[in-house]
Amino acid sequence: MDQAAQQIALTPKDFKSALKPVWCPGCGDFAVLNAITKALAFMGLPREEVALISGIGCSSRIAAYTSVYGFHGVHGRALALASGLKAARGDLTVLVAGGDGDGLSIGGNHFIHACRRNMDMTYIIMDNEVYGMTKGQASPTTAPDWADSKLTPHGTGIRPFQPAGLALTAGASFIARGFTGDPNGLAKILVAAIGHKGFSFVQALSPCPTFRPEQMLWKHHVKAFDQEISSNPVEAAQRIQADDGMSTGIIYQNERPVFRPGTGVDNGMGSIESEFTI
Amino acid sequence: MNSEHICDISLAITGSGGAGSITAGELLLSLAGKNSCFGMMRRSFGPQIRGGEAAALIRISHRAVECMNDSFDLLLALDWNNADRFAEEIALRPDSLIIADPAAGDIPEAFQELGVEIIEVPMKALAKDITAGRPNMVALGLLSHWLGFCSDEAGKLIDQVFGRKGEEVTGGSRAAFTAGFTEPLIVAAREARPRPERGDPGNRGTRWHFNGNQGCGLGAIRGGIRFAAAYPITPASDLLEWLSPRLEQLGGSLVQAEDELASINMVIGASFGGVPSMTATSGPGLALMTEAMGLAVASETPAVVVNVMRGGPSTGIPTKSEQVDLNMAVYGLHGDAPHLVLGALDHADCILTTEWAVRLAEALQTVAIVLTDQNLAQSTVLIPEPKYELPEIPARVIAQPTDGYQRYEITDSGVSPMAIPGTASSTYVADGLEHTESGKPSTAAADHLAQLEKRSRKIQSFDFGGHWADIRGVGQTAILTWGSSSAVAREAGARLRAAGHEVKVIALRLLLPASPEKLAGELENVSRILIVEQSHSKQFHHYLRAFYDFEADTRTLARPGPLPITPAEIVEKIENWS
Repeated sequence: MDQAAQQIALTPKDFKSALKPVWCPGCGDFAVLNAITKALAFMGLPREEVALISGIGCSSRIAAYTSVYGFHGVHGRALALASGLKAARGDLTVLVAGGDGDGLSIGGNHFIHACRRNMDMTYIIMDNEVYGMTKGQASPTTAPDWADSKLTPHGTGIRPFQPAGLALTAGASFIARGFTGDPNGLAKILVAAIGHKGFSFVQALSPCPTFRPEQMLWKHHVKAFDQEISSNPVEAAQRIQADDGMSTGIIYQNERPVFRPGTGVDNGMGSIESEFTI
Repeated sequence: MNSEHICDISLAITGSGGAGSITAGELLLSLAGKNSCFGMMRRSFGPQIRGGEAAALIRISHRAVECMNDSFDLLLALDWNNADRFAEEIALRPDSLIIADPAAGDIPEAFQELGVEIIEVPMKALAKDITAGRPNMVALGLLSHWLGFCSDEAGKLIDQVFGRKGEEVTGGSRAAFTAGFTEPLIVAAREARPRPERGDPGNRGTRWHFNGNQGCGLGAIRGGIRFAAAYPITPASDLLEWLSPRLEQLGGSLVQAEDELASINMVIGASFGGVPSMTATSGPGLALMTEAMGLAVASETPAVVVNVMRGGPSTGIPTKSEQVDLNMAVYGLHGDAPHLVLGALDHADCILTTEWAVRLAEALQTVAIVLTDQNLAQSTVLIPEPKYELPEIPARVIAQPTDGYQRYEITDSGVSPMAIPGTASSTYVADGLEHTESGKPSTAAADHLAQLEKRSRKIQSFDFGGHWADIRGVGQTAILTWGSSSAVAREAGARLRAAGHEVKVIALRLLLPASPEKLAGELENVSRILIVEQSHSKQFHHYLRAFYDFEADTRTLARPGPLPITPAEIVEKIENWS
């Protein structure tokens, strides 16, 4: 059996831990947690064969709120840690989650290289355009004129990253955007992302009621992309550029070679030791 | 045979890039092995990527040598292009010999000052007369004759090395070798001097031929490393390059990371996945890795970092050696972060120390930093097969499927069973946040104290056995050293003993945790201690003062790189103690 039958019987709740999240009431991250657990339950994945890796920030706390294997690492390096895990343990389903600051500022280099490397894993950026854990500073996705941070009282004056565009340029083979106001839609996107062979990137618009209360109005601006999934990067780039960043759905998906180091075949030490002798 | 009769010759071959000085040096070292000798070779390059000058610095001896000698007996210059760059490194004596090509022009002043005897051999012209002949093969012939090596063995070696390049190259190389081997000026000069002893036939047998980076690589895979993450940095890159195909052969893998921050985090991720993992780097890279090493300590994830030290700080002198990352290895982690620091003492010890470090990191679920340096990493030795025995060290304690599994359970040993992803019922979240026994984040004072003590206890209560130091000799005078200075100190100790001094040479292999009781025992009857290290700020001396108490009269021989410390400097310091 019945292990299989047992696994199928897992509900989203079975993928949650007993810990109470540190998130503020109304935080979009609750919906990301729900979408992940729904997707995993729907896919019938055994808990012990899934690993959720995160960095530092409000959203990165998410690893501890699931019942799969997890690693809550250092700020910005979740993708690197996950890449090592996937390289060593290709059998695991590897998810990575964190915030816009963690993934696009301190972790920006790992983000572009993870896209380029195209290992088989799913990365979710829970984007609220702000650093929440450190009490409200501008992130790489914050609008240049947002002046509510004491650190940048005149706004950053710097244009924000467009995460989907960045992922496309860097070589991600699956790019989607979801919204926490639509957790079922987000869960569906995650099922497709996890099922995708290669690096799948999901930007989850996840409002911060505490430092960006105006984001609670996002629900009025978010709309679905009205086009089919593109496998053409030029077309996808146009679509991303033409959009206001609030359209949701799978934007781009293209199969390309997945990076899997090593063969897994052990041919023994013998000849290695003899290289040393003359 | 007393020590004066033992053949022990140091020679340097210099030339422009492409002149083949390094190839000639490598072949000469191989021939030494076939002539019952031992030896070592250091390569010295100018700063150019390609086309610069290169020097092969070689020591050949009837006994196994682990460091270079004080000065050079012979300098062979294929040409003099920028050779003055090497003048500091190639110390000649008045009785040394220079073999130079007259076509190469005037001998640089730096090499003329001592009034050294010069033999001019037209190597270029000799090679020109031979199809596919090259001056470096003429040089190999000259030097082989000078050393009394067997020309048949040289022919066989040339066939073996150049065979795949075809008959013309092999034939040309052989003929050029013979032209050098029978060159009348050299034959006559050789006749005029005492012949070096041929190797003792008792020294025949298999030689091991490797550099320190390869030694560390072998130790790592013997210890069980099956994943490595890599970011290139001199002088650690060739260790990573060595590992890449061999890990693949062993069913593992190496991933080239985007930077050192990524490589150490990849190591932690792979190790979390249950695969013993490592990276290698040098000072600036180690600095970038220190944050994540704190994560490995807090999350109790085994990780091994081989740090090949080079001249610093900053880009410093990347191609030269210095023992200057000790402070960073010992103190560089943030927070109270008990971890392991080991230093390899010589080439053979690179194998032992790295294997030991891997096993310890796995057993104690922590970070082990192995310190070597450019001097060990990029010089090649020809030595008897290194043999060693490590004490029994338990493998990583793996958790079986358990309900109510607690990853950071408080145990007597401080080591808690680690569940590997894939193990049912034991899922957990590894965390760099301070945590409870179950791994739940916690800021409670009691949890912090309990976990700090657990992480400290697993290291402090572990029995590291007799490998904490390498100790040679007895006496009231002790030379206390570490890393690649150890081989130099051992040679100095042997010379001092031959001169009637009683000297004990103590080289610390395990630097963290410190072994104050063991060292105090070794220093019980010692009245004079000389601390030897290659660091301007005396990092080892300050480390010793932090962790150990000394009652004896303690002095230091500490100076920076890039020039290696010589046995003579140590001997002089001890002989002129008062």
